[in-house]
Amino acid sequence: MKMIYLDHAATTATDPEVLEAMLPYFHEHYGNPSSIYSMSRVSKNAIENAREIVANALGANPKEIVFTSSGSECDNFAIKGVALAKQQKGNHIITSSIEHHAVLYTCKFLEKNGFTVTYLPIDQDGIVKLDELEKAITPQTILITVMHANNEIGTIQPIRQIGEIARKNGITFHTDAVQTFGHIPVNVDNLNVDILSISGHKFYGPKGVGALYIRKGIKITPLIHGGDQERRRRASTENVPGIIGLGKAVEIAGKVMKSEAIRQTKLRDEFIRAILDNIDDARLNGHPSLRLPNNVNISFEGIEGESILLNLDIERIAASTGSACSSSSLEPSHVLLSIGLTHEFAHGSVRFSLGKQTTKDELDYVVEALPGIVKKLRAMSPLYKK
Amino acid sequence: MEPYSEKVMDHFRNPRNVGEIENPDGVGHVGNPMCGDVMEMYIKVKDNVIVDAKFKTFGCGAAIATSSMATELVIGKTIDEARQITNKVVAEALDGLPPVKMHCSNLAEEALEAAIKDYHQKQKKN
Repeated sequence: MKMIYLDHAATTATDPEVLEAMLPYFHEHYGNPSSIYSMSRVSKNAIENAREIVANALGANPKEIVFTSSGSECDNFAIKGVALAKQQKGNHIITSSIEHHAVLYTCKFLEKNGFTVTYLPIDQDGIVKLDELEKAITPQTILITVMHANNEIGTIQPIRQIGEIARKNGITFHTDAVQTFGHIPVNVDNLNVDILSISGHKFYGPKGVGALYIRKGIKITPLIHGGDQERRRRASTENVPGIIGLGKAVEIAGKVMKSEAIRQTKLRDEFIRAILDNIDDARLNGHPSLRLPNNVNISFEGIEGESILLNLDIERIAASTGSACSSSSLEPSHVLLSIGLTHEFAHGSVRFSLGKQTTKDELDYVVEALPGIVKKLRAMSPLYKK
Repeated sequence: MEPYSEKVMDHFRNPRNVGEIENPDGVGHVGNPMCGDVMEMYIKVKDNVIVDAKFKTFGCGAAIATSSMATELVIGKTIDEARQITNKVVAEALDGLPPVKMHCSNLAEEALEAAIKDYHQKQKKN
């Protein structure tokens, strides 16, 4: 039987059309874009074409796009880059308590290097409290970084309003749009953002390539020195095939995003309802409607996430968990604890993330398989006494 | 994470001795839901020999497999022999555990220890 892949928030399969677009740039048009000869102009032009596609999708100017190696690099570049560029002005950064580790650990790193960071609380649905944001701002605040949508629970943040508050106070605003770009509309002017992170492999592009939008006039210090590439904002020979693949993935997303979002939202809501109807003592994590079209995150009382995943894997279903048991730390997901879940419930969470290939039949199969798995694990759990 | 051994997956798929023992001679409760692992071990002792053992576990694949293996290892052993069953013995019997999962085998050893301690305390009272 084919694997039922429900971990698209972790990564997606590269679209065959994307792969096809990339291939010539490995062995045919392999010239270094920085070289002078005509062969290199082919790769240079292809990169600039990809840059234009990404810029158009965001409502930005191509000069405002810097290609990077990943979403994590984008987040590091945005946060460390602004912190360094603006350290004469202030040393305070505001973020949320449910950011991706690429943001949170970068902030922790800066805390060890003379910066102070405020981690905004969120409500039970995972939404940042705007009044807390306004209260946190000081004359020292140089950067606000809040993700567009959360990778675990799928909650979509009021980015436009956060951007308004940032702008009113003259503070640079970065958002990690890794989970949203290519899935729901992302326009930098509508969202009032100054810097925005994108990752290729989250929307059927290749791994190892990302893009950072940096609004014209925003001060940022490069992370990687050593060459004049990317208008001197990121040294290193460009990942030409990756960038071409990213551009192609953006082009395809532009055509299918709207219909896919509608289709996946419907599948998502039916799937959530079916699970909650069929299994007692389960709860949906995250906001019921302000959530990514493909995100389903459910906690099952009295059982642990990794053992659910292993049982799902036996049934050829791939999903993920916020339980600590899948990592080396003993703490469950910081996101699930932040929305107020008990440790037990946080350990018992499973995230299913849908994709373009996901069908109703596949989800029906999961709905059929899940109750047996939950029942078996609860029967051997000392914490479930019902 | 490194994959689990076939033996771990066998014990995870078909855990041995799941459940509780009515009127057990010893019970060990260990672990903490905060850390994602809770184990209960029940033993029945006759003439200083563990004649039955059962477990209930909240935890990951390694926690369930080590509980299952620990019960299998102690049944038929004298109390003194059962004391020799360390976390290392349980892990080895499962053909090893991924390094990040070694703490799960500690839990099996602790549960067994706690059950034996409980048995001795009950003996003293009688």
